[in-house]
Amino acid sequence: MTGFGDFLGEFGDNMTVRVTTTVNGKLVSGDVEPNTLLVEFVRENLGLTGTHVGCDTSQCGACTVHFDGKPVKACTILALQAEGHQVLTIEGIGQPGNLHPMQAAFQENHGLQCGFCTPGMIMAGIGIAERNKGASLSEETIRAELEGNICRCTGYHNIVKSIAAGARDM
Amino acid sequence: MGTFGIGQPVRRVEDVRFLTGAGAYTDDLNLPGQAYGHVFRSPWAHARIISIDVAAARAAEGVLGVWTGADLAAAGIGDLPCAISGVLRNRDGTALDVVGRAVLARDHAMHVGDGLVFIVAGTIAQAKDAAELIVVEAEELPAAGNLADAMGEHAPMLRDGAAGNVCFDWEGGSAAAVDEAFSRAAHVTAADLVHNRLASSPIEPRAALGNQEDGRYVLRTSTQGANLFQRVLAPVLGIDAGSLRIVTADVGGSFGTKEFIYPEHVLVLFASGKLGRPVKWTGDRSDAFLSDLHGRDVLSHAEIAFDAGGRALALRVHNRANMGAYVSLFGPGIQTLGGARLTGGVYAIPAINVRVTGYYSNAVPVDAYRGAGRPEAAYVIERLMDKAARELGLTPDEIRRRNFIGQAELPYSHPLGFVFDSGAFEANMDDAMRLAGWSSFPARRAEARERGRLRGIGLSTYIESSVGFGYEAAEIRFPEDGTVEIVAGTMSAGQGHETVWAQIVTEQLGVPFDAIRLVQGDTDRVKVGGGTAGSRSTYMVAGAFRLSADQIIDKGKALVAELLGEPRGAIEFSDGFFRSPGSNRSMSIMEAAAAARRAGGDGLDSGATFNHDISTFPNGCHVCEVEIDPDTGKVDVVRYVVVDDFGRIVNPMVVDGQVHGGIAQGLGQALLEHSVHDPVSGQLLTGSFMDYAMPRADDLCAMETTYNEIPCTTSPYGVKGCGEAGTTGACPAIMNAVVDALSARGVTHLDMPATPFRVWQALRGAA
Repeated sequence: MTGFGDFLGEFGDNMTVRVTTTVNGKLVSGDVEPNTLLVEFVRENLGLTGTHVGCDTSQCGACTVHFDGKPVKACTILALQAEGHQVLTIEGIGQPGNLHPMQAAFQENHGLQCGFCTPGMIMAGIGIAERNKGASLSEETIRAELEGNICRCTGYHNIVKSIAAGARDM
Repeated sequence: MGTFGIGQPVRRVEDVRFLTGAGAYTDDLNLPGQAYGHVFRSPWAHARIISIDVAAARAAEGVLGVWTGADLAAAGIGDLPCAISGVLRNRDGTALDVVGRAVLARDHAMHVGDGLVFIVAGTIAQAKDAAELIVVEAEELPAAGNLADAMGEHAPMLRDGAAGNVCFDWEGGSAAAVDEAFSRAAHVTAADLVHNRLASSPIEPRAALGNQEDGRYVLRTSTQGANLFQRVLAPVLGIDAGSLRIVTADVGGSFGTKEFIYPEHVLVLFASGKLGRPVKWTGDRSDAFLSDLHGRDVLSHAEIAFDAGGRALALRVHNRANMGAYVSLFGPGIQTLGGARLTGGVYAIPAINVRVTGYYSNAVPVDAYRGAGRPEAAYVIERLMDKAARELGLTPDEIRRRNFIGQAELPYSHPLGFVFDSGAFEANMDDAMRLAGWSSFPARRAEARERGRLRGIGLSTYIESSVGFGYEAAEIRFPEDGTVEIVAGTMSAGQGHETVWAQIVTEQLGVPFDAIRLVQGDTDRVKVGGGTAGSRSTYMVAGAFRLSADQIIDKGKALVAELLGEPRGAIEFSDGFFRSPGSNRSMSIMEAAAAARRAGGDGLDSGATFNHDISTFPNGCHVCEVEIDPDTGKVDVVRYVVVDDFGRIVNPMVVDGQVHGGIAQGLGQALLEHSVHDPVSGQLLTGSFMDYAMPRADDLCAMETTYNEIPCTTSPYGVKGCGEAGTTGACPAIMNAVVDALSARGVTHLDMPATPFRVWQALRGAA
C-alpha cells in the first residue's frame, strides 16, 4: 500500500498525482487528485464503465473488482492505493464468445435482469468460488457471502444458482 | 414456434453486453466538452425562502452557471405537470385541479431534498464545492413529515385552498349498497393496516445528460419510454416536441421510478442550452433517497361484513394516501384509478365501497412503485380474510373457498367496474397448498417448537390488473444488412425485451431469431410509443407486432404472387414461408423481403399502432412459511411457493425471474423496508443503504414457481402480464404467515415492516 497520507501535505488544492497500476493485465497510468477513489479512476480515467456505482456508503457492491486477486469494493480504496498492485475488472475476465465460466453461468441461469449489479455480482461470485475451492459450496454459504452485494431485480434466487453453477465450472 | 418462439425459455440476447461490462447506462455516456451539474437541495422540510445568494458560488473556480427557481421562471421554464389533474373526479363531483411542481422551488421549500439551485461546473467536485458557498435565508415553518402529521387536527396548512391538507377525495362503488348489506351482517371484521412508505431503489441511480445537437435539445437518460418524456418535457421547456430528442440506452432497474420526469431532466437541458455544451447530472444514492419518487404510504381502514355462513356481503375501505410535498406525474392516480378498483380481490363480494383521500405532507412525493396500488388492494383483502377466518373459526383456505368468484361466474363483473375475464382462483390455491405441503405443516411447526422457534404458514390469493396507456406502437423492418429490425415504444429496464419481443416476432413471421434487432428508447427511431408500465408491455407490443406482421404477410403475398406468376389468392404463408400449394413453389420471408427491397419503396417494412384499453388480470396464490426467533424477533422466510396465472407465457425463464424479483420487493416491504421521515423536523431518517434495509441474499430463501396458464380472453396471445404480480401477492402471504406464527403467543395483529424490534415488542406486549 502506498503511504498516501505522506503525499497529502505536499499537495495544495487541485494538485494531481500520477498513479501507475496494472488493470486487467495492462500497466496503466493516470493523473488523479489524491482523494480519487479507485472506482472513479477505473470509470473516468480508464473509461472502463463496466464497474458501476450504486451507492455512496459502500453497501451495494456494484463496484466490486479484484484487488490482488481478492474482491474489494472499488469505492473503499483510493486510486493511489492501487499503485503497483493488480486490479481486475469485469472487462478483464472474459469476452463475448469467450465468457468466464461465472459469466456464462449467469447467462445460463438467468442470474441477471437489468445488469447493473451484475459485474459486481460476478466479481463477488468468483471470489466466493475461489474462497471455497475444494469445499462443497452450499446455498447457505453463497447467500451469506453475497451479503455485501445488493440486487433489486432478481430476488437473488437465480444469482445464487448462477454462482453455484459458475463455481462448479471454474 | 420451434426453439425460439412463444413458450420457450430462450436465453437472453442482451446478457452478453451486461455480463462483459459493455452495458451503456446513462452515467457511462460522456460527450466531449461535458460539464457537470449538481442540485443544491433544501435542508428544511418546510420553509419560506426569503433570499438565495449565489454570488460566491457563481464566482467559484470552474463554475459555469448557477440558476435558481426564479431564474428558470424568468427564462420561461414551466412547471412539471400532474397528468391526473382534470382526470380524477372527487366524490363531490369536482375534477381534481392541482399543479405539479416547480423544477426548482421558488418561494417555499416543501420537503427535505427539494431542489433550490442548480450549479454547473467543469467538474462535479467544483460544482459541489461551489454549492457550499450558497447562502439561503429562510424562515423554517412547522412541518408534517408523515401522513399522520399531515392529517392531524393541528397540522400545518401546506397548500392554499387545501383544507386539512386534502389533495383529493375519491370514491368508488355504492356506499348505500354497502350500508344496507352491513345492516344485515351476522359478523363484521375490521382492520387498520399500514402500507409502509418505500424507496424504490433501482441500483442504477437516476442520471441525465443534456445536449444541443443540430439545433435540437437531446436528453440521454433512463426512462420507461422515451416518447412519454418527449411529450411531457417539451412543453415544460417551451419548445415543440420535434425540437427534443430523448435517447435511452440501458436502464439499470426502474420499478416505476424512471417512468417520471424529474427536475434534473429539465435542468440539464436548460443548462446545456444556456452554456452551449453538454451537461451531465448523475444522482448519488443520497439524491435517490431524497428525490426519487417514493412508493406506497397509505393507511387503510377496512371492514368486511359476512352472513352467518361466512360469505362476504359487503366491503368498506377508506384509504388515506400520502402524496408527499407535491403531486407528481401520476401521483393521485395510483391509489385511485390504479389500485382501488381491485379492492375485494378474487372474491364475489356483492357490494364494495372504497374511498381514497389523498393528503399533502412535507415528505418526498409519492408515485407508482412496482404494483402501484394493486399490492395495497391485495394486502387489505387478504389480511382481512385471515383475520375474519380467525374470528369465525374457519381455516384460511376455507373462508376463501366460501367466497371465491367461481368458474361459472367468469367473466365476472366486479362492483367497481372491472370485468375479470378468466382465472381459476380456487385451483391456484389448491395447487399451491399441495406444492407447499400445507397439510403436513403441523409437524413442521411442532419440530420448530422443539428448537424454540415459532413457525407460521400463510397464504394470499391475489389478483392484480395490468394498466397503462391505451396504445402501443411497433414497426418491423428489413434493412439491407439482412437483419430484421423491430421497433417498439416499450422500454426494457431488465425485463428482457430484446429477447422476448424477438420471440414474439419469430413466432409471427418465422424470421430467424438471431437476425432480429430491437430498437427502443430513441424518439428519432421510435415514432410513437406508450412505454413500459403496469405489466402491460408484452401483450400490448404483441398486439402491435401482430398488426405489423399481418401487413407484412399481405404485402408479401402480393409480391410473391407476382414473382411466381400466380394469382394472389393462391399464396399462403406459414412458418416463415410464402407457398403456392398448387405449384409447390415457395419463398422464405427473408428472400421475399430482399426482393421487395430491390423493388423499391418501403419493401415489406410496416408499422402499426395497437389500441387496446382492456386490462388483464394476473392472479395466483402465494404460500409462505416463516420461522421466528422469539428471543430476537427476527423473521426468517424458510419456504416460498407460488402458483401464478399469467395467461400464456412467452418466456418462462424470464417470467420466473420477474416473479422472484417481485417477491423480493414484497418481502422487503413486509419485513425490512421503511422510508421514515422525522415527524417534527421532517428530516428523512432513512437516507442511505445503511438506514434503509434492502433485501439481501441471506434475507431470502429459494422460491418455487409454477404456472396455471389460463389464457386471457381479451388480450393478444392470451397474455396477462407478470411484472408486478410477485410484489402484489407477497406482502399478505408473508404477513399472514408472521401473524400465524405469533398467534401461538397471543399476537393477533402486526403491521409492516415486521422488523425484529416490532416482532419482539409484539411478543412482549402479548405476554
